[in-house]
Amino acid sequence: MSEIIERNRPVLSKKLDKFFTGLADAFRFVKRFFQEVWFPPYEFKEILRQCYEIGYRSLPLISLTGFIVGIVFTNQSRPSLSEFGATSWLPALISIAIIRAMGPLVTALIAAGKVGSSIGAEIGSMKVTEQIDAMEVSAINPFKYLVVTRTIATTLMIPVLVLYTDFVALMGSFINVNQNELVSLSTFFVQVFEAISFLDVFSSLIKSLVFGFTIGIVGCYKGYNSSNGTEGVGKAANASVVMSMFLIFIEELLALQIVNAIRYA
Amino acid sequence: MPSDYTNKIVEIRGVRKSFDDNHVLRGVDLDLYERENLVVLGKSGSGKSVLIKLMVGLLRQDEGTINIFGQDTSKLSLKELNKLRLKIGFAFQASALYDSMTVRENMEFPLVRNVKNLTRKEIDKKVEGLLDSVGLPKTINQMPAELSGGQKKRIGIARTLILEPEIMLYDEPTAGLDPTTCIDINNLINQVREEYNTSSIVITHDLTCAKVTGDRMAVLIEGQFQAIGSFEEVFAQAKDPKVKSFYDYNFIQ
Repeated sequence: MSEIIERNRPVLSKKLDKFFTGLADAFRFVKRFFQEVWFPPYEFKEILRQCYEIGYRSLPLISLTGFIVGIVFTNQSRPSLSEFGATSWLPALISIAIIRAMGPLVTALIAAGKVGSSIGAEIGSMKVTEQIDAMEVSAINPFKYLVVTRTIATTLMIPVLVLYTDFVALMGSFINVNQNELVSLSTFFVQVFEAISFLDVFSSLIKSLVFGFTIGIVGCYKGYNSSNGTEGVGKAANASVVMSMFLIFIEELLALQIVNAIRYA
Repeated sequence: MPSDYTNKIVEIRGVRKSFDDNHVLRGVDLDLYERENLVVLGKSGSGKSVLIKLMVGLLRQDEGTINIFGQDTSKLSLKELNKLRLKIGFAFQASALYDSMTVRENMEFPLVRNVKNLTRKEIDKKVEGLLDSVGLPKTINQMPAELSGGQKKRIGIARTLILEPEIMLYDEPTAGLDPTTCIDINNLINQVREEYNTSSIVITHDLTCAKVTGDRMAVLIEGQFQAIGSFEEVFAQAKDPKVKSFYDYNFIQ
């Protein structure tokens, strides 16, 4: 009887059922992270190793991207400002754009692609080759060793990478401004720091922490729940990137509303 | 081979397990005695691996009880289950060596996390001793990707032995190996029992492995044990056509 009902259920009902079951699973996964993060063993060695993998190994890509973003954004903004004879505002405009939005967003998106996919694929492959089961039967908590360590590492490293991207992007912008407007380094940075406030930097860092947590936990969740062999590993890596990017944009939008509410309160 | 089995260490009664509509185990009863090598035979997908995964708590049975050393596994807390897991070694079908670690790190990993206050010298002695006993001392600094299938199996077994388990569970130990390596693995299973005084459950569909390593056979067909006894009892006098066909298939092949 129940099989007949199940067969005749509308497709939309089945999809909604799957969506909410998945959502509940994801919430349980996040809840488990917050339950386990406070208690020993703390796996400091593995956290440090992951920080190195996630932070240091992302530097070349982040450097190149940040630098190019700084140059391109400056170049694209110049014509609009020059119409009003306001090219001297370029450092202020660029610094606000980079520190408030572009730096965290570009870094998080790059990290979602590079780090998120690698976490999803690594944990996914450990899952399908029974390495996670092997930890469990050896009385080792795989959630603690794999999920907690990687999520802590991404949460700590993304803000550091964001600060680095901000700096590199501003240097890219300075080179462009210096060549076209003949502005010195000190003048450029005086204008940069005059334009930004403590709230800009603070909100950018808090936002980066949230982005980092999202990238880590989504990658781990997708990897930890992968199945169907190597095909499942590929899907886990892909789903980690797509889901992280989607959530990062939603979080950016929410953060913007909250920060603006504080700024103009 | 022990002459008699008196000390029962595993008692499985009425265990059922389904995955959606797929009823894998349909009321399974099985005993394992001290120092016994018990072979569970069955076709692929017959639920052999599910049975040993239920024993170590990787899966939960829908019905029935699994008693190991007098403890009902379904009633244990995670802490108690982990304590019990330390007495059980699980050698996985695909070895399950940690890809990102060297052989040495793979061996040390369960040891340093479960046995406190070991000195570097003690850890090294234990790791090197076990690698010697499985005949692979030179692989100590190699990565799993650099090893052959047979070497991975041996190191997988050595890794489980580092915690000195009392029960060994082998999941398809000879699957995917060439005949010569199969002989080595079969000998290793017997050697483990002699050297470490373990009781074992060997999951396989390889009758040669079953004959060489097993004291008793249990044939799992359609979710239930159709025959339990010595190799001769189960196969030479087999009347059940399903059991007979399993034997014929293996040896005629």
